[in-house]
Amino acid sequence: MPLTRGDIVPKLSRCLLIALLLAAVAAVLVPPVWADPVQIDGAGATFPYPIYSKWFSEYNKLHPDVRINYQSIGSGGGIRQLTAQTVFFGASDGPMTNDQLQGAPGKVFHFPTVLGGVVPIYNLPGVDAELKFAGTVLADIFLGKITKWSDQAIAKDNPGVNLPDSDITVVHRADGSGTSYIFCDYLAKVSPEYKSKVGVATSVNWPAGIGGKGNEGVAGLVKQTPGAIGYVELIYALQNKIAFGSVKSFDGEFVRASIDSVSAAAASATAKMPADFRVSITNAPGKNVYPISSFTWILLYESPKDKHKSRLMVDFMKWALTDGQKFAGDLGYAPLPQTVVSLEDAALKKIKVE
Amino acid sequence: MSWNRLRRKVVSGAVVAFCAAAVVLALIPLGFILFFVIGHGLPALNAAFFTQMPKPVGEPGGGMANAIAGTLILIGLAAGIAVPIGIVSGIYVSEYRKTSLASAVRFSADILNGVPSIVIGLFAYTTAVLPFQRFSAIAGGLALGIMMIPLIVRMTEELLNLVPPTLRDGALALGATRARAVFTVILSAALPGILTGVLVALARIAGETAPLLFTAFNNRFWSTRLDQPIASLTVQVYTYAISPYDDWHRQAWAGATVLIGAILTFSLLARAMTRRLERMHRP
Amino acid sequence: MSTTGPLGRSSGEGRLFPLLTGAAAVLVPCLVAGIALVLWRESLLSIREFGFAFWRTSIWDPVAGQFGALPFIWGTLYSSLLALLLSAPVALGIAIFLSDLSPHALRQPLIFLTELLAAIPSIVYGLWGIFVLVPLVRRLEIATPAWLKGVPLFEGPPLGVGLLAASLVLAVMMVPFTASVAREILKAVPSAQREGAYALGATRWEAIRMALFYGRTGIIGAVMLGLGRALGETMAVTMLIGNNPRISLSLFAPQYTMAAVIANEFTEAADPLYLDALVEIGLVLFLITVAINALSRVLVWRVGRERTVRAGRPVPAAAV
Repeated sequence: MPLTRGDIVPKLSRCLLIALLLAAVAAVLVPPVWADPVQIDGAGATFPYPIYSKWFSEYNKLHPDVRINYQSIGSGGGIRQLTAQTVFFGASDGPMTNDQLQGAPGKVFHFPTVLGGVVPIYNLPGVDAELKFAGTVLADIFLGKITKWSDQAIAKDNPGVNLPDSDITVVHRADGSGTSYIFCDYLAKVSPEYKSKVGVATSVNWPAGIGGKGNEGVAGLVKQTPGAIGYVELIYALQNKIAFGSVKSFDGEFVRASIDSVSAAAASATAKMPADFRVSITNAPGKNVYPISSFTWILLYESPKDKHKSRLMVDFMKWALTDGQKFAGDLGYAPLPQTVVSLEDAALKKIKVE
Repeated sequence: MSWNRLRRKVVSGAVVAFCAAAVVLALIPLGFILFFVIGHGLPALNAAFFTQMPKPVGEPGGGMANAIAGTLILIGLAAGIAVPIGIVSGIYVSEYRKTSLASAVRFSADILNGVPSIVIGLFAYTTAVLPFQRFSAIAGGLALGIMMIPLIVRMTEELLNLVPPTLRDGALALGATRARAVFTVILSAALPGILTGVLVALARIAGETAPLLFTAFNNRFWSTRLDQPIASLTVQVYTYAISPYDDWHRQAWAGATVLIGAILTFSLLARAMTRRLERMHRP
Repeated sequence: MSTTGPLGRSSGEGRLFPLLTGAAAVLVPCLVAGIALVLWRESLLSIREFGFAFWRTSIWDPVAGQFGALPFIWGTLYSSLLALLLSAPVALGIAIFLSDLSPHALRQPLIFLTELLAAIPSIVYGLWGIFVLVPLVRRLEIATPAWLKGVPLFEGPPLGVGLLAASLVLAVMMVPFTASVAREILKAVPSAQREGAYALGATRWEAIRMALFYGRTGIIGAVMLGLGRALGETMAVTMLIGNNPRISLSLFAPQYTMAAVIANEFTEAADPLYLDALVEIGLVLFLITVAINALSRVLVWRVGRERTVRAGRPVPAAAV
């Protein structure tokens, strides 16, 4: 029977559906040409995502049979999925609490990978100067107590700057985030009221403002809202070319976030680094220290079920802590101090690889 | 012309104008969005986009080959789960219209249709991810398949009901059993419409993101294994779009363009089939 | 002559067919029950901790372990109903235009364009919303006259993101669904009805009105379908609504919906109570969806019932 016009559409659809089904089946069944590569899944913080994605890609070039698949779903997500064992390793900007460590099915080790800083970004049309923020001022803004840019508290630290009398729009993270953790950790240290009213966690009950999704969401909202203030990781502020302010350090000077000032924050902590590497370096004392700095950690089980993956992961970590560090600067992260790397090398030996 | 007639004509004219305005109103955002997405997306669509994997931050180029393959696999899985269940259930509901099971199925299908995709994602996470301690393509396919089922059941039921009773009576008169009558005669008559239903359902799920976030996860490598996380266009577009990198933004728009194109193809085919069906059944 | 057994089959029929098809069919209600069960089981910690207070508490504090769903319920219902009010007239207008008024040549292209609206994934709507809609809404908010700003409906700083932006995008997303189903309904109205009306000298609107009345049950269904879409919409809403769990009447205020909070916080929640509270929000959303579904069925039944009641009375030939 000849193909009539009326036949074409259903025949085409049928062909399309069959083709789709065959494609799906073929893709699944066709065996890979090379040896089945090992895939290691990890999840966690968005902050180090740029450098982790670089590391995993570079490492894959060196070791094509090792594929590390990392998805940035947030620090809390990393901890959660690690505990549920749906991923092999986690990544977090905030170390696991004692309760969380108790809740995990096995012993978890923290390994600092890089350092980063959280900066206060703002959008004030007409104000070109870089604003200086004292810690208490930031806390009060995010508590909703300071509501206008012209407030005395802000003006005091910024003499000569023509601050408009407009409302401050606070922008925070809507999703749970290690960036929020670091920021809240700092604010809780400088403001007892913030500590009691809000607390320190990846998700808190923000007293004021609107929530953006991800660092980018916050950056986007601040960029678009005149009079807004928010907080993002340094790299996002640089990439988005948003104005960010300097913050008053423990020693009293206003320090702008940079590789050097963030590294300086780590220096003070290395002296008394705890054995499990869970240390907060916000509001650290010292010269030219950026106060809202933090380590970011990769979380590994001491004795995971899959020992082969464990060995591969330990090898990767050794590479990341040495060769990998040279990629940090270009992407806006501060590399780890050598003393910390040596300590981590020793700690890596504790991971069971067979 | 009486006053009353004039008034009625004016009202009628106003309504006609309103309806025309409604059409224009709806087309404005459409134009906006298409202009925006395709304007940004088309320039970024090149051969690399379809053949390469995502590159890490800072390295320009790369593509979404794994995400495209992933989406195909996911909708293939979803269809594999939903089409058999949907069609057979539809057959039952149509053949045994009056039973309480049929009413229960109809009611459940309506509810299932209304359940937000994120809740279905939660369900799939709890049943297909947690017990196996891994994110997987199957979990994603399950979530999407659950969303397809009610559409296919309803479509199948309605189409089987539309088949003229003379066809069924003829088959039964010739001595066919009920099963044979349904499968050989009635189903073939209704097949174009059922395919339409499948296409409509595919169009619906191809654009879903939320349920995949906790099931298929995402994967920056090429993977076709069903028990591993798998990339998908929607999740990849989302990840890229909320990143701070311009190169990734361009790729996100390109991905969105491909996605819209695919969904549109499904919808158009479905509509063309419906038209053909109507021509067939017009008395 | 034929008796129908419990599976519906007639006497003398094979058992295999109804059993096999019935087995597949029973999966559907089982799935729904399964979803309800899983949601309930995974939110037990939260249910035991808060009980029904969960539905009327406004605090959402993960640090203190205090959770209440009221702001999210409010945000979901407010944004969806507003979107419904905005989209239903437009969708009906489109449906009427496409079924009754449009010149024949325009019909197919316009239908194609409506399909296109439905084909756009919600993340794309979200992104377009952020870059295009939010600045527009912000300009609108800035342009609101001061006297209007005193009204609770319009108070608040001009942020751009907020209930209005989210409702607008929801409305745009609902239109194609409602319009397409409503158009099918109007098309299904027998032409004899319309022809009769015109024969009696009805204007276009009067004929259309009669067709609308004839198909009113289906049209209500179409509108409810759109509503269902709005209630569960996640990605586009979370990008535009401001994500602030506060109850506010103002269109300009940032608010929060159930689907949005789950999407934002589910992968993050590491604390068991927090996690269960989020799943309980999913349960609440599920129950509200079922309730609205049931409500629309009752509505359809009641509205449709009047026809059958009147069917017994003698009616003039062309009127309904």
